[in-house]
Amino acid sequence: MLRRGPPPGPLDYSRRWWLRAWLALTFVFLYAPIAILVLFSFNDSRRNIVWQGFTLDYYVKAANNVSLLEAFSNSLVIAALSTVISVVLGGLLALALYRFRFPGRPAVEAANQLPIVVPEICMGVALLVFFAEVGWPRGLPWPLSLSNIVAGHVAFSFPFVAVVVRARLAGFDRAQEEASRDLGASEWQTFRRVTLPYMRPGLIAGGLLAMTLSLDDFVITFFTSGPDTLTFPVKVYSMVRFGATPEVNAASTVLIAITIALTVVAMRLQAPPKAGG
Amino acid sequence: MQSWREQPAAFFVFILPATLWLLAFFLIPLALIWVISFGERVGPVDIAFTWTSANYLDALDPLYLKLFWRSLWIAAVATAVVLVVAFPVAFAIAFAPPRAKPLLLLLVVLPFWTNMLIRTYAMLAVLRGNGYLNWTLEGLWEATRLLLTPIGLGWLTGERFVPLELLYNNTAVVFGIVYVYLPFMVLPLYASLERLDRSLLEASLDLGASQLRTFLAVVVPMARPGIVSGLMLVFIPAIGTFLISDLLGGPDSQLLGNIIERQFKAANNWPLGAAMSFLLLYVAFALLLVRAWLGARGLRDA
Repeated sequence: MLRRGPPPGPLDYSRRWWLRAWLALTFVFLYAPIAILVLFSFNDSRRNIVWQGFTLDYYVKAANNVSLLEAFSNSLVIAALSTVISVVLGGLLALALYRFRFPGRPAVEAANQLPIVVPEICMGVALLVFFAEVGWPRGLPWPLSLSNIVAGHVAFSFPFVAVVVRARLAGFDRAQEEASRDLGASEWQTFRRVTLPYMRPGLIAGGLLAMTLSLDDFVITFFTSGPDTLTFPVKVYSMVRFGATPEVNAASTVLIAITIALTVVAMRLQAPPKAGG
Repeated sequence: MQSWREQPAAFFVFILPATLWLLAFFLIPLALIWVISFGERVGPVDIAFTWTSANYLDALDPLYLKLFWRSLWIAAVATAVVLVVAFPVAFAIAFAPPRAKPLLLLLVVLPFWTNMLIRTYAMLAVLRGNGYLNWTLEGLWEATRLLLTPIGLGWLTGERFVPLELLYNNTAVVFGIVYVYLPFMVLPLYASLERLDRSLLEASLDLGASQLRTFLAVVVPMARPGIVSGLMLVFIPAIGTFLISDLLGGPDSQLLGNIIERQFKAANNWPLGAAMSFLLLYVAFALLLVRAWLGARGLRDA
């Protein structure tokens, strides 16, 4: 792809040096801060920004920090619960919108887009007030104590799942369902054996999206979490406010690794299906 | 598509869970702060619903209004910078060899999925007084001095290196917004540039238009849907940002998001905070209406 030869043609923009330089600089801008953060989580110095030697001390420290670990496991549990519920709600909603005509359909569609467009902070304070006003029980045993955060995360995640699954369903041929029923399968069997398998890539991609959204969320959780239900981002926020330490770098690196793995898997699954797939 | 009456049971099973969840944990909470925005504080935690407009008048007090303008202004500047940085990136990816595209797109998307707090924190370490950017600049300064001193020009660099004040000001907030929201702009731009009909560019160039003129008269108008989407995707979250201005901003860069947060936490003035949240929401909706209108006009023009 980097063949040498005649100078670039008028539309060979990808071979123009300044465009390439711009692209490269932008990637440096995007990645350098993250790379530095990751690199210096291994740096054997507490304050120095100069490389002093490799160490895993801060990972050990982070792993021994009980409240950090608690926040981390809270985040994972919240993400898992939120993902499962979001996939069910989003998948069902996508089916309803794919299949049925009903009065008020545009209103339902618009309402379900709202969590995507409403500024996060508005939703965050709304949930804060809501949980205080309805007297959502406090001090429940773990993991029920996380229920209000999960409820909020599901509310902003399932619309995204619905969008992804609907995009998948757009290519579905309902003749397959009819064929299944003509051949004697019940409604439920048809759903299990025909519709659901077709939806699966969309459901998985939507689920991974919901999981990253939940792991990433700071604002909504910041307003809904109590003192005993810190999540990882909220905990890191308070640590940063009290002064950044390499421990924060180490913990962040772990979370970055998790999200990158999830994103790569999601991208693979969202790639256009191969012929016959 | 079929009528819901044909299979009412299935219809309700499909639609009710999501609708009820949305109602309970989104629509009702929003309605609640809408009502509270017309209420009055009558005690540390009690709010009386009096349908007063005082909170909105308070929110439009010159002190807060200044803050409102500052939020809009910082968001606008950051969005403009994002557009300028992102356009060549999206353009380069759209015209990249097909084999390189997925990788380039992945490189754009990955930071987008990395936790926003972590990225803001990473930016903090870069911009700090004793951070990496100043450290790099100091290195450059030393090198220049070493080069210039032997030829008697050492005085040009000054006596000692003065670190730049990069953090805790409005520039840092703009920088942070650009850093965090850049992918939001690249993706829609790429989507519209990718679909661009190349023969139109060839036609324009063949007919004697310069590259610049082709860009302005052909590429930009055709990329308009992507530009508008990207502007919305960056500007709307940027006016409501609270984390970036909180961590990177100084005392002079408090934005709307910070003041709303304060009303609900430290200052404990829910009605005022609620009124401000709704003002922010109205701005967001107004922008979406503008987009819908631009979109409709774009369709008619086409």
